Amino acid sequence: MPTETSPYLLLAVFLVAALFFSVTPLLAAWLWARRYSPRKPGPEKNAIYECGLKSKGDAWVQFRSEYYLYAIIFLIFDVETIFLLPFAVAFTGLPVGAFIAMIAFLLLLVEGLVWAWRKGILTWA
Amino acid sequence: MDEGLRNELTKQGIFTTKLSDLYNWGRKNSVWPLQFGLACCAIEMISASMARYDLARFGAEVFRPSPRQADLMIVAGTVTKKMAPQVVRLFNQMPEPKYVIAMGACAISGGPFKQGYNVLKGIDRYIPVDVHIPGCPPRPEALLHAFMTLQKKIDAQLLTGPNRPRHLNADAPGEFPVPEFGEHDLVPPSNPNVWQPPVPKTVTEC
Repeated sequence: MPTETSPYLLLAVFLVAALFFSVTPLLAAWLWARRYSPRKPGPEKNAIYECGLKSKGDAWVQFRSEYYLYAIIFLIFDVETIFLLPFAVAFTGLPVGAFIAMIAFLLLLVEGLVWAWRKGILTWA
Repeated sequence: MDEGLRNELTKQGIFTTKLSDLYNWGRKNSVWPLQFGLACCAIEMISASMARYDLARFGAEVFRPSPRQADLMIVAGTVTKKMAPQVVRLFNQMPEPKYVIAMGACAISGGPFKQGYNVLKGIDRYIPVDVHIPGCPPRPEALLHAFMTLQKKIDAQLLTGPNRPRHLNADAPGEFPVPEFGEHDLVPPSNPNVWQPPVPKTVTEC
């Protein structure tokens, strides 16, 4: 018996099985809820805050765009740490070119810090 | 199905069950408690969930930090009147089916602090408690026993009919009124649909 089938047939079978396994429990749960277990929403249950205290406002809170400064400063120190550690570990085996490249990179990061310092955002307002 | 026929089938190696039995079997073996403790009973609750007493044997080791994912509220400790509204609100935020174990003398009656002006005399004044555990504090074995009692209760619940539990009954409320801070006490002092004060015994003289 020739078994000349498309290699994609297996994938199709796999897809059908995956859909069956994922959709069937959801469908069964939905049918079960419709038949036996009624939904009981309420103002307390639908509240956004779930630590026992009364909820205030809604979940769509807007943050001030000025926080980008903190993100930038965090990034400076974060990137610095990530690259400084392997640099320090491999320091004795590094050629001069790599050393100069690393110093240039560090200076670029320090320049960002200096910029933030000059802008006055390091002082607590 | 006839009990005799079921026995006969079991002897032949054919397992039969009811839909409600299957449903309850699944529910009673995965009761996830809400991770919250109020006082010293919580230490015993933590101990019960750890390796020595091992609450995981009953399928209840998954303490959920959010009421949205919890099935069981273990009220472990003294409920002050300041805390009572929060406890009721947390219970309201749990999805059905939900159960309550009142653990320790304080949670069931106020315990040694019953005379205190700020202590609630039992959480069953506001929410329906399924299992009460006495003791001050109860040992972890007592909590395990309460768990087994709750599992028996879940196992006996009906799927249909007038005696079906609250979560299967569309008319039964899923939320309970949250008490407010009044001038002298919580308002209302208790939920009459959940708790009725016991009638004091009167001795009639003849």
